[in-house]
Amino acid sequence: MEARAESKRQVLRFRGRSYVAFVFSPVVPIAGWLEEIDVTLARSPGFFVGKPIVLDLSGVDLSQAAIAHLVASLAERGIRVLGIEGASPELITPAMPPLLTGGRVCTVEQSEPADQPPPKSVEMPQPKSLLLETPVRSGQSIVFADGDVTVLGSVGSGAEIVAGGSIHIYGTLRGRAMAGVNGNSAARIYCQKIEAELLAIDGYYRTAEDINESLRHRPIQAWLDGNIMKISPLN
Amino acid sequence: MAKVLVVTSGKGGVGKTTSTAALGAALAQAGGKVVVVDFDVGLRNLDLIMGAERRVVFDLINVTQGVAKLQQALIRDKRLENLWLLPASQTRDKDALTDDGVRRVIADLRTKFDWVICDSPAGIERGAMLAMRYADEAVIVTNPEVSSVRDSDRIIGMLDSKTVKAEKGEQVKKHVLITRYDSSRAARGEMLSIDDILEILATPLLGIIPESQDVLRASNVGAPVTLSNAASAPARAYTDAARRLMGESIAMSVPTERVSFMNRLLGRRAA
Ligand SMILES: Nc1ncnc2c1ncn2[C@@H]1O[C@H](COP(=O)(O)OP(=O)(O)OP(=O)(O)O)[C@@H](O)[C@H]1O
Ligand SMILES: [Mg+2]
Repeated sequence: MEARAESKRQVLRFRGRSYVAFVFSPVVPIAGWLEEIDVTLARSPGFFVGKPIVLDLSGVDLSQAAIAHLVASLAERGIRVLGIEGASPELITPAMPPLLTGGRVCTVEQSEPADQPPPKSVEMPQPKSLLLETPVRSGQSIVFADGDVTVLGSVGSGAEIVAGGSIHIYGTLRGRAMAGVNGNSAARIYCQKIEAELLAIDGYYRTAEDINESLRHRPIQAWLDGNIMKISPLN
Repeated sequence: MAKVLVVTSGKGGVGKTTSTAALGAALAQAGGKVVVVDFDVGLRNLDLIMGAERRVVFDLINVTQGVAKLQQALIRDKRLENLWLLPASQTRDKDALTDDGVRRVIADLRTKFDWVICDSPAGIERGAMLAMRYADEAVIVTNPEVSSVRDSDRIIGMLDSKTVKAEKGEQVKKHVLITRYDSSRAARGEMLSIDDILEILATPLLGIIPESQDVLRASNVGAPVTLSNAASAPARAYTDAARRLMGESIAMSVPTERVSFMNRLLGRRAA
Protein backbone atom coordinates (compact mmCIF):
# COMPACT_ATOMS: atom_id res chain seq x y z
CA MET A 1 0.00 0.00 0.00
CA GLU A 2 0.93 3.60 -0.36
CA ALA A 3 0.75 4.04 3.38
CA ARG A 4 4.36 5.14 3.57
CA ALA A 5 5.74 7.54 1.10
CA GLU A 6 9.49 7.10 0.90
CA SER A 7 11.41 10.15 -0.13
CA LYS A 8 13.69 9.85 -3.08
CA ARG A 9 15.00 13.36 -2.95
CA GLN A 10 16.77 14.18 0.28
CA VAL A 11 19.47 16.26 -1.32
CA LEU A 12 20.09 19.38 0.62
CA ARG A 13 19.84 19.97 4.31
CA PHE A 14 19.74 23.39 5.84
CA ARG A 15 19.72 24.17 9.47
CA GLY A 16 20.90 26.74 11.90
CA ARG A 17 21.95 26.27 15.45
CA SER A 18 22.84 28.77 18.09
CA TYR A 19 25.15 28.28 21.02
CA VAL A 20 25.86 30.38 24.03
CA ALA A 21 29.55 31.24 23.84
CA PHE A 22 31.76 32.48 26.64
CA VAL A 23 33.30 35.76 25.66
CA PHE A 24 36.89 36.39 26.82
CA SER A 25 37.83 40.05 26.84
CA PRO A 26 41.57 40.15 27.47
CA VAL A 27 43.14 43.24 29.00
CA VAL A 28 46.72 44.41 28.98
CA PRO A 29 49.07 43.25 30.17
CA ILE A 30 48.12 39.99 28.46
CA ALA A 31 50.49 38.04 30.68
CA GLY A 32 48.59 39.22 33.75
CA TRP A 33 45.28 38.38 32.17
CA LEU A 34 46.52 34.86 31.36
CA GLU A 35 47.45 34.44 35.02
CA GLU A 36 43.82 35.17 35.91
CA ILE A 37 42.76 32.40 33.57
CA ASP A 38 45.27 30.09 35.24
CA VAL A 39 43.76 30.86 38.64
CA THR A 40 40.30 29.93 37.37
CA LEU A 41 41.66 26.74 35.83
CA ALA A 42 43.45 25.82 39.03
CA ARG A 43 40.19 26.08 40.94
CA SER A 44 38.15 24.13 38.42
CA PRO A 45 40.19 22.31 35.85
CA GLY A 46 38.26 21.54 32.72
CA PHE A 47 35.88 24.43 33.30
CA PHE A 48 36.19 25.58 29.72
CA VAL A 49 36.37 22.14 28.15
CA GLY A 50 33.81 21.74 25.37
CA LYS A 51 32.52 25.27 25.79
CA PRO A 52 32.56 27.57 22.79
CA ILE A 53 34.91 30.48 23.51
CA VAL A 54 34.91 33.79 21.65
CA LEU A 55 37.79 36.22 22.02
CA ASP A 56 36.69 39.85 22.12
CA LEU A 57 39.68 42.01 21.23
CA SER A 58 37.90 45.34 21.07
CA GLY A 59 39.38 46.39 24.42
CA VAL A 60 43.02 45.84 23.42
CA ASP A 61 45.23 46.94 20.58
CA LEU A 62 47.21 43.85 19.56
CA SER A 63 49.48 43.17 16.61
CA GLN A 64 48.97 40.14 14.40
CA ALA A 65 51.83 38.37 16.16
CA ALA A 66 50.37 39.19 19.58
CA ILE A 67 46.96 37.78 18.59
CA ALA A 68 48.62 34.61 17.29
CA HIS A 69 50.52 34.31 20.54
CA LEU A 70 47.38 34.83 22.61
CA VAL A 71 45.46 32.15 20.70
CA ALA A 72 48.39 29.77 21.09
CA SER A 73 48.69 30.51 24.81
CA LEU A 74 45.03 29.67 25.30
CA ALA A 75 45.45 26.48 23.27
CA GLU A 76 48.29 25.45 25.60
CA ARG A 77 45.77 25.69 28.44
CA GLY A 78 43.31 23.48 26.58
CA ILE A 79 41.11 26.40 25.57
CA ARG A 80 40.17 26.41 21.91
CA VAL A 81 38.88 29.64 20.48
CA LEU A 82 35.81 29.41 18.25
CA GLY A 83 36.06 32.89 16.81
CA ILE A 84 37.43 36.38 17.26
CA GLU A 85 35.42 39.55 17.65
CA GLY A 86 36.37 43.20 17.58
CA ALA A 87 39.63 42.92 15.64
CA SER A 88 40.25 44.44 12.26
CA PRO A 89 40.04 41.85 9.45
CA GLU A 90 43.57 42.32 8.10
CA LEU A 91 45.00 41.14 11.43
CA ILE A 92 43.30 37.76 11.16
CA THR A 93 45.32 35.14 9.30
CA PRO A 94 43.74 31.98 7.86
CA ALA A 95 45.42 29.99 10.62
CA MET A 96 43.50 31.90 13.28
CA PRO A 97 39.89 31.37 14.32
CA PRO A 98 37.47 33.29 12.08
CA LEU A 99 36.26 36.81 12.70
CA LEU A 100 32.68 36.90 14.04
CA THR A 101 30.11 39.68 14.07
CA GLY A 102 26.53 40.03 15.19
CA GLY A 103 26.87 38.34 18.58
CA ARG A 104 24.22 39.21 21.15
CA VAL A 105 24.68 39.47 24.89
CA CYS A 106 22.87 36.99 27.09
CA THR A 107 23.16 35.86 30.65
CA VAL A 108 24.75 32.53 31.30
CA GLU A 109 23.86 30.34 34.22
CA GLN A 110 26.90 30.07 36.44
CA SER A 111 27.97 26.47 36.44
CA GLU A 112 31.37 26.87 37.97
CA PRO A 113 31.64 24.51 40.94
CA ALA A 114 31.36 26.94 43.78
CA ASP A 115 32.35 26.70 47.41
CA GLN A 116 28.76 27.07 48.65
CA PRO A 117 26.69 23.93 49.12
CA PRO A 118 24.43 23.05 46.21
CA PRO A 119 20.83 24.25 46.45
CA LYS A 120 18.64 21.85 48.39
CA SER A 121 15.57 21.37 46.23
CA VAL A 122 16.36 20.71 42.62
CA GLU A 123 13.49 21.93 40.43
CA MET A 124 12.58 19.68 37.58
CA PRO A 125 12.31 21.57 34.29
CA GLN A 126 8.68 21.94 33.27
CA PRO A 127 7.80 20.42 29.91
CA LYS A 128 6.94 23.38 27.74
CA SER A 129 4.27 23.74 25.09
CA LEU A 130 2.46 26.48 23.26
CA LEU A 131 -1.26 26.34 22.52
CA LEU A 132 -2.78 28.53 19.80
CA GLU A 133 -6.56 28.65 19.84
CA THR A 134 -7.03 30.74 16.71
CA PRO A 135 -6.02 30.06 13.11
CA VAL A 136 -2.50 31.03 12.10
CA ARG A 137 -2.90 33.42 9.17
CA SER A 138 -0.83 33.91 6.05
CA GLY A 139 2.31 35.93 6.82
CA GLN A 140 2.37 35.00 10.50
CA SER A 141 5.35 33.15 11.87
CA ILE A 142 5.06 31.36 15.19
CA VAL A 143 8.45 30.45 16.61
CA PHE A 144 8.59 28.40 19.80
CA ALA A 145 12.01 26.88 20.35
CA ASP A 146 11.22 25.55 23.84
CA GLY A 147 8.86 22.72 23.01
CA ASP A 148 5.70 21.57 21.23
CA VAL A 149 3.22 23.76 19.41
CA THR A 150 -0.47 22.88 19.19
CA VAL A 151 -2.81 24.77 16.85
CA LEU A 152 -6.56 24.31 17.23
CA GLY A 153 -7.33 25.98 13.89
CA SER A 154 -5.69 25.89 10.51
CA VAL A 155 -2.29 27.17 9.41
CA GLY A 156 -2.74 29.30 6.30
CA SER A 157 -0.80 29.25 3.07
CA GLY A 158 2.19 31.51 3.63
CA ALA A 159 2.14 31.04 7.42
CA GLU A 160 4.72 29.05 9.36
CA ILE A 161 5.11 27.23 12.64
CA VAL A 162 8.63 26.65 13.95
CA ALA A 163 8.95 24.45 17.03
CA GLY A 164 11.78 22.97 19.05
CA GLY A 165 9.52 19.98 19.68
CA SER A 166 6.60 18.46 17.81
CA ILE A 167 3.79 20.29 15.99
CA HIS A 168 0.13 19.34 16.30
CA ILE A 169 -2.42 20.97 14.01
CA TYR A 170 -6.10 20.21 14.52
CA GLY A 171 -7.06 21.94 11.28
CA THR A 172 -5.67 22.10 7.78
CA LEU A 173 -1.95 22.69 7.36
CA ARG A 174 -1.57 24.83 4.24
CA GLY A 175 1.63 26.64 5.20
CA ARG A 176 4.94 25.43 6.59
CA ALA A 177 5.63 23.36 9.67
CA MET A 178 9.19 22.99 10.94
CA ALA A 179 9.58 20.76 13.98
CA GLY A 180 12.63 19.80 16.04
CA VAL A 181 14.56 22.85 14.92
CA ASN A 182 17.14 22.64 17.69
CA GLY A 183 18.32 19.25 16.59
CA ASN A 184 15.46 17.18 17.98
CA SER A 185 15.16 14.37 15.47
CA ALA A 186 12.45 12.67 17.54
CA ALA A 187 10.04 15.55 16.92
CA ARG A 188 7.00 14.84 14.79
CA ILE A 189 4.39 16.76 12.84
CA TYR A 190 0.71 15.88 13.04
CA CYS A 191 -2.11 17.52 11.16
CA GLN A 192 -5.79 16.92 10.55
CA LYS A 193 -5.55 17.67 6.84
CA ILE A 194 -2.38 18.13 4.84
CA GLU A 195 -2.05 20.70 2.06
CA ALA A 196 1.34 21.83 3.34
CA GLU A 197 3.86 23.94 1.47
CA LEU A 198 6.75 22.49 3.46
CA LEU A 199 7.38 20.01 6.26
CA ALA A 200 10.71 19.92 8.08
CA ILE A 201 12.00 17.95 11.03
CA ASP A 202 15.45 18.64 12.42
CA GLY A 203 16.44 20.25 9.14
CA TYR A 204 15.27 17.44 6.88
CA TYR A 205 12.49 18.77 4.72
CA ARG A 206 9.94 18.00 2.06
CA THR A 207 8.18 20.50 -0.14
CA ALA A 208 4.63 20.21 -1.43
CA GLU A 209 5.97 18.63 -4.60
CA ASP A 210 7.61 15.80 -2.67
CA ILE A 211 4.49 14.96 -0.70
CA ASN A 212 2.68 12.05 -2.25
CA GLU A 213 -0.59 13.10 -3.94
CA SER A 214 -2.42 10.23 -2.29
CA LEU A 215 -1.76 11.79 1.12
CA ARG A 216 -3.16 15.21 0.29
CA HIS A 217 -6.21 16.35 2.23
CA ARG A 218 -5.77 13.51 4.73
CA PRO A 219 -4.78 13.46 8.38
CA ILE A 220 -1.10 12.54 8.58
CA GLN A 221 1.92 12.31 10.77
CA ALA A 222 5.48 12.94 9.70
CA TRP A 223 8.60 11.71 11.47
CA LEU A 224 12.23 10.98 10.83
CA ASP A 225 13.53 7.51 10.19
CA GLY A 226 17.26 8.15 10.18
CA ASN A 227 17.80 10.66 7.44
CA ILE A 228 14.50 10.08 5.74
CA MET A 229 11.27 11.87 6.44
CA LYS A 230 8.33 9.49 6.50
CA ILE A 231 4.76 10.61 6.11
CA SER A 232 1.88 8.31 6.84
CA PRO A 233 -1.89 8.78 7.00
CA LEU A 234 -3.61 8.61 10.37
CA ASN A 235 -6.78 7.03 9.00
CA MET B 1 -23.28 54.54 18.64
CA ALA B 2 -21.11 55.18 15.63
CA LYS B 3 -19.49 52.23 13.91
CA VAL B 4 -16.17 52.46 12.13
CA LEU B 5 -15.93 49.95 9.31
CA VAL B 6 -12.84 49.28 7.19
CA VAL B 7 -13.19 47.78 3.72
CA THR B 8 -9.91 45.98 3.09
CA SER B 9 -8.38 43.11 1.11
CA GLY B 10 -4.60 43.04 0.81
CA LYS B 11 -4.81 42.36 -2.90
CA GLY B 12 -5.54 45.21 -5.28
CA GLY B 13 -8.40 45.58 -7.70
CA VAL B 14 -10.75 43.14 -5.98
CA GLY B 15 -13.60 45.62 -5.48
CA LYS B 16 -12.92 47.55 -2.23
CA THR B 17 -13.84 50.95 -3.61
CA THR B 18 -16.88 49.58 -5.45
CA SER B 19 -18.00 47.91 -2.21
CA THR B 20 -17.35 50.96 -0.02
CA ALA B 21 -19.55 53.11 -2.27
CA ALA B 22 -22.29 50.50 -2.67
CA LEU B 23 -22.49 49.61 1.03
CA GLY B 24 -22.25 53.26 2.05
CA ALA B 25 -25.14 54.22 -0.22
CA ALA B 26 -27.24 51.24 0.91
CA LEU B 27 -26.69 52.05 4.60
CA ALA B 28 -27.59 55.69 3.92
CA GLN B 29 -30.71 54.64 2.03
CA ALA B 30 -31.71 52.59 5.04
CA GLY B 31 -31.63 55.80 7.08
CA GLY B 32 -28.15 55.84 8.64
CA LYS B 33 -25.92 58.90 8.50
CA VAL B 34 -22.90 57.66 6.57
CA VAL B 35 -19.47 58.97 5.64
CA VAL B 36 -17.20 57.10 3.23
CA VAL B 37 -13.53 57.93 3.75
CA ASP B 38 -10.92 57.42 1.02
CA PHE B 39 -7.61 56.21 2.52
CA ASP B 40 -6.05 55.56 -0.86
CA VAL B 41 -3.77 58.59 -0.69
CA GLY B 42 -2.15 59.29 -4.06
CA LEU B 43 -4.52 56.99 -5.96
CA ARG B 44 -7.91 58.28 -4.99
CA ASN B 45 -10.89 56.62 -6.67
CA LEU B 46 -13.80 56.88 -4.33
CA ASP B 47 -14.64 60.44 -5.44
CA LEU B 48 -15.03 59.16 -9.02
CA ILE B 49 -17.20 56.21 -8.05
CA MET B 50 -19.33 58.56 -5.93
CA GLY B 51 -19.49 61.11 -8.78
CA ALA B 52 -18.03 63.85 -6.58
CA GLU B 53 -14.67 64.39 -8.24
CA ARG B 54 -15.49 67.89 -9.43
CA ARG B 55 -16.37 69.13 -5.97
CA VAL B 56 -13.18 68.13 -4.11
CA VAL B 57 -11.49 71.08 -2.41
CA PHE B 58 -9.91 69.77 0.76
CA ASP B 59 -9.02 66.21 1.64
CA LEU B 60 -8.23 63.79 4.47
CA ILE B 61 -4.57 64.86 4.67
CA ASN B 62 -5.53 68.54 4.92
CA VAL B 63 -7.80 67.66 7.84
CA THR B 64 -5.27 65.45 9.64
CA GLN B 65 -2.69 68.22 9.31
CA GLY B 66 -5.10 70.88 10.52
CA VAL B 67 -4.95 72.82 7.24
CA ALA B 68 -8.72 72.46 6.80
CA LYS B 69 -11.61 71.81 9.13
CA LEU B 70 -13.47 68.54 8.80
CA GLN B 71 -16.65 70.42 7.78
CA GLN B 72 -14.78 72.03 4.89
CA ALA B 73 -13.52 68.72 3.52
CA LEU B 74 -16.75 66.69 3.76
CA ILE B 75 -18.71 66.49 0.50
CA ARG B 76 -22.42 65.79 0.64
CA ASP B 77 -23.84 63.34 -1.90
CA LYS B 78 -26.21 64.93 -4.42
CA ARG B 79 -28.66 62.03 -4.36
CA LEU B 80 -28.74 61.06 -0.69
CA GLU B 81 -28.64 63.84 1.87
CA ASN B 82 -27.28 61.62 4.68
CA LEU B 83 -24.35 60.28 2.63
CA TRP B 84 -21.02 62.09 2.75
CA LEU B 85 -17.54 61.64 1.30
CA LEU B 86 -14.18 62.51 2.82
CA PRO B 87 -11.85 62.34 -0.19
CA ALA B 88 -8.18 61.38 -0.29
CA SER B 89 -5.42 63.56 -1.62
CA GLN B 90 -4.25 62.70 -5.11
CA THR B 91 -1.03 64.70 -4.90
CA ARG B 92 0.42 63.62 -1.59
CA ASP B 93 1.93 60.26 -0.75
CA LYS B 94 0.92 57.85 1.93
CA ASP B 95 3.61 59.02 4.35
CA ALA B 96 1.64 62.22 4.80
CA LEU B 97 -0.86 60.22 6.88
CA THR B 98 0.04 60.02 10.54
CA ASP B 99 -1.37 57.74 13.20
CA ASP B 100 -2.20 60.67 15.43
CA GLY B 101 -3.88 62.61 12.62
CA VAL B 102 -6.04 59.62 11.65
CA ARG B 103 -6.97 58.99 15.28
CA ARG B 104 -8.24 62.54 15.67
CA VAL B 105 -10.22 62.56 12.41
CA ILE B 106 -11.87 59.20 13.14
CA ALA B 107 -12.76 60.33 16.66
CA ASP B 108 -14.31 63.48 15.20
CA LEU B 109 -16.26 61.52 12.54
CA ARG B 110 -17.60 59.20 15.24
CA THR B 111 -19.40 62.12 16.87
CA LYS B 112 -21.10 63.12 13.60
CA PHE B 113 -22.04 59.88 11.82
CA ASP B 114 -23.64 56.48 12.42
CA TRP B 115 -21.30 54.76 9.97
CA VAL B 116 -17.72 55.69 9.14
CA ILE B 117 -16.62 53.50 6.21
CA CYS B 118 -12.90 53.51 5.41
CA ASP B 119 -11.88 52.48 1.88
CA SER B 120 -8.44 50.94 2.35
CA PRO B 121 -5.69 51.01 -0.23
CA ALA B 122 -4.34 47.67 -1.41
CA GLY B 123 -1.24 46.22 0.21
CA ILE B 124 -0.11 45.98 3.81
CA GLU B 125 1.80 49.24 4.06
CA ARG B 126 1.16 52.34 6.10
CA GLY B 127 -2.03 53.44 4.29
CA ALA B 128 -3.72 50.07 4.72
CA MET B 129 -2.57 49.80 8.34
CA LEU B 130 -3.95 53.25 9.22
CA ALA B 131 -7.24 52.56 7.42
CA MET B 132 -7.85 49.55 9.71
CA ARG B 133 -6.21 50.96 12.84
CA TYR B 134 -9.34 52.42 14.51
CA ALA B 135 -11.97 50.07 13.03
CA ASP B 136 -14.70 48.34 15.02
CA GLU B 137 -15.62 46.07 12.13
CA ALA B 138 -14.00 44.97 8.90
CA VAL B 139 -15.31 43.88 5.53
CA ILE B 140 -12.68 41.71 3.88
CA VAL B 141 -13.24 41.82 0.13
CA THR B 142 -12.18 38.61 -1.57
CA ASN B 143 -12.35 37.32 -5.13
CA PRO B 144 -12.78 33.58 -5.66
CA GLU B 145 -9.16 32.95 -6.53
CA VAL B 146 -6.20 31.59 -4.59
CA SER B 147 -4.05 34.73 -4.46
CA SER B 148 -6.91 36.94 -3.29
CA VAL B 149 -7.92 34.48 -0.57
CA ARG B 150 -4.37 34.16 0.71
CA ASP B 151 -4.01 37.94 0.90
CA SER B 152 -7.32 38.14 2.76
CA ASP B 153 -6.02 35.59 5.24
CA ARG B 154 -2.98 37.77 5.79
CA ILE B 155 -5.16 40.87 6.30
CA ILE B 156 -7.31 39.01 8.83
CA GLY B 157 -4.16 38.22 10.79
CA MET B 158 -3.36 41.92 10.84
CA LEU B 159 -6.87 42.90 11.89
CA ASP B 160 -6.36 40.53 14.81
CA SER B 161 -3.02 42.04 15.82
CA LYS B 162 -2.39 45.53 14.49
CA THR B 163 -5.63 47.35 15.31
CA VAL B 164 -6.34 49.37 18.43
CA LYS B 165 -9.11 46.90 19.31
CA ALA B 166 -6.69 43.98 19.06
CA GLU B 167 -4.12 45.79 21.18
CA LYS B 168 -6.78 46.27 23.87
CA GLY B 169 -7.46 42.53 23.80
CA GLU B 170 -10.76 42.96 21.95
CA GLN B 171 -11.69 41.76 18.47
CA VAL B 172 -12.48 43.65 15.31
CA LYS B 173 -15.70 42.05 14.03
CA LYS B 174 -14.85 40.55 10.67
CA HIS B 175 -17.00 39.80 7.62
CA VAL B 176 -15.98 38.22 4.32
CA LEU B 177 -17.53 39.76 1.19
CA ILE B 178 -16.96 37.66 -1.92
CA THR B 179 -17.08 39.84 -5.02
CA ARG B 180 -16.80 39.27 -8.77
CA TYR B 181 -18.35 35.85 -8.34
CA ASP B 182 -18.88 34.40 -11.76
CA SER B 183 -21.48 31.66 -11.58
CA SER B 184 -20.75 30.17 -14.98
CA ARG B 185 -17.04 29.91 -14.20
CA ALA B 186 -17.92 28.50 -10.78
CA ALA B 187 -20.07 25.87 -12.45
CA ARG B 188 -17.11 24.89 -14.59
CA GLY B 189 -14.93 24.63 -11.50
CA GLU B 190 -12.66 27.45 -12.64
CA MET B 191 -12.91 29.36 -9.39
CA LEU B 192 -12.55 28.54 -5.73
CA SER B 193 -15.90 27.52 -4.32
CA ILE B 194 -17.65 29.55 -1.63
CA ASP B 195 -17.15 26.66 0.78
CA ASP B 196 -13.41 26.53 0.09
CA ILE B 197 -13.05 30.26 0.67
CA LEU B 198 -14.96 30.18 3.94
CA GLU B 199 -13.07 27.13 5.11
CA ILE B 200 -9.74 28.82 4.47
CA LEU B 201 -10.69 32.16 6.00
CA ALA B 202 -12.74 30.78 8.92
CA THR B 203 -14.69 34.05 9.00
CA PRO B 204 -18.45 34.67 8.59
CA LEU B 205 -19.81 35.52 5.14
CA LEU B 206 -21.41 38.95 4.60
CA GLY B 207 -22.50 38.43 1.02
CA ILE B 208 -21.69 37.25 -2.48
CA ILE B 209 -21.61 39.90 -5.20
CA PRO B 210 -21.88 38.54 -8.73
CA GLU B 211 -19.59 39.62 -11.55
CA SER B 212 -21.72 42.04 -13.53
CA GLN B 213 -21.58 44.68 -16.24
CA ASP B 214 -23.83 46.81 -14.03
CA VAL B 215 -20.83 47.58 -11.81
CA LEU B 216 -18.85 49.04 -14.69
CA ARG B 217 -21.89 50.95 -15.94
CA ALA B 218 -22.41 52.43 -12.49
CA SER B 219 -18.81 53.59 -12.21
CA ASN B 220 -19.03 55.20 -15.64
CA VAL B 221 -21.93 57.37 -14.50
CA GLY B 222 -20.31 58.09 -11.14
CA ALA B 223 -22.88 56.42 -8.91
CA PRO B 224 -22.69 53.59 -6.40
CA VAL B 225 -24.24 50.53 -8.04
CA THR B 226 -26.90 50.38 -5.32
CA LEU B 227 -28.14 53.80 -6.53
CA SER B 228 -27.59 53.61 -10.27
CA ASN B 229 -29.51 50.38 -10.81
CA ALA B 230 -31.09 49.24 -7.57
CA ALA B 231 -32.80 46.28 -9.23
CA SER B 232 -29.61 44.79 -10.65
CA ALA B 233 -28.15 41.60 -9.19
CA PRO B 234 -25.02 43.25 -7.69
CA ALA B 235 -27.13 46.09 -6.19
CA ARG B 236 -29.49 43.62 -4.54
CA ALA B 237 -26.56 41.62 -3.18
CA TYR B 238 -24.94 44.78 -1.76
CA THR B 239 -28.24 45.92 -0.24
CA ASP B 240 -28.65 42.55 1.49
CA ALA B 241 -25.06 42.77 2.74
CA ALA B 242 -25.74 46.25 4.15
CA ARG B 243 -28.79 44.96 6.00
CA ARG B 244 -26.69 42.15 7.46
CA LEU B 245 -24.23 44.79 8.67
CA MET B 246 -27.16 46.45 10.44
CA GLY B 247 -27.79 43.18 12.24
CA GLU B 248 -30.70 41.81 10.23
CA SER B 249 -30.59 38.15 9.34
CA ILE B 250 -31.25 37.64 5.67
CA ALA B 251 -30.95 34.32 3.87
CA MET B 252 -27.81 34.07 1.78
CA SER B 253 -28.31 33.28 -1.88
CA VAL B 254 -25.51 32.02 -4.07
CA PRO B 255 -25.80 33.67 -7.48
CA THR B 256 -26.63 31.02 -10.04
CA GLU B 257 -26.68 31.15 -13.77
CA ARG B 258 -30.21 31.63 -14.99
CA VAL B 259 -29.84 29.30 -17.92
CA SER B 260 -32.95 28.89 -19.96
CA PHE B 261 -33.91 25.56 -21.34
CA MET B 262 -33.06 26.90 -24.78
CA ASN B 263 -29.58 27.94 -23.69
CA ARG B 264 -28.89 24.60 -22.17
CA LEU B 265 -30.02 22.90 -25.31
CA LEU B 266 -27.81 25.09 -27.43
CA GLY B 267 -24.96 24.77 -25.00
CA ARG B 268 -25.13 21.03 -25.18
CA ARG B 269 -25.29 21.02 -28.90
CA ALA B 270 -22.32 23.34 -29.12
CA ALA B 271 -20.36 21.00 -26.91
N1 LIG C 1 -18.97 42.74 -9.15
C1 LIG C 1 -18.21 43.25 -10.13
N2 LIG C 1 -18.46 42.93 -11.42
C2 LIG C 1 -17.68 43.41 -12.40
N3 LIG C 1 -16.66 44.25 -12.23
C3 LIG C 1 -16.35 44.61 -10.96
C4 LIG C 1 -17.09 44.13 -9.85
N4 LIG C 1 -16.56 44.66 -8.73
C5 LIG C 1 -15.53 45.43 -9.12
N5 LIG C 1 -15.40 45.41 -10.46
C6 LIG C 1 -14.40 46.13 -11.27
O1 LIG C 1 -13.11 45.78 -10.81
C7 LIG C 1 -12.24 46.89 -10.88
C8 LIG C 1 -11.62 47.16 -9.52
O2 LIG C 1 -12.62 47.53 -8.59
P1 LIG C 1 -12.32 48.51 -7.40
O3 LIG C 1 -11.68 49.75 -7.88
O4 LIG C 1 -13.56 48.63 -6.60
O5 LIG C 1 -11.25 47.63 -6.63
P2 LIG C 1 -10.31 48.07 -5.42
O6 LIG C 1 -10.16 46.86 -4.58
O7 LIG C 1 -10.81 49.29 -4.78
O8 LIG C 1 -8.96 48.39 -6.20
P3 LIG C 1 -7.65 49.08 -5.57
O9 LIG C 1 -6.96 48.00 -4.81
O10 LIG C 1 -6.89 49.51 -6.77
O11 LIG C 1 -8.12 50.20 -4.70
C9 LIG C 1 -13.05 48.05 -11.37
O12 LIG C 1 -12.85 48.21 -12.74
C10 LIG C 1 -14.49 47.63 -11.09
O13 LIG C 1 -15.39 48.21 -12.01
MG1 LIG D 1 -9.80 51.17 -4.36
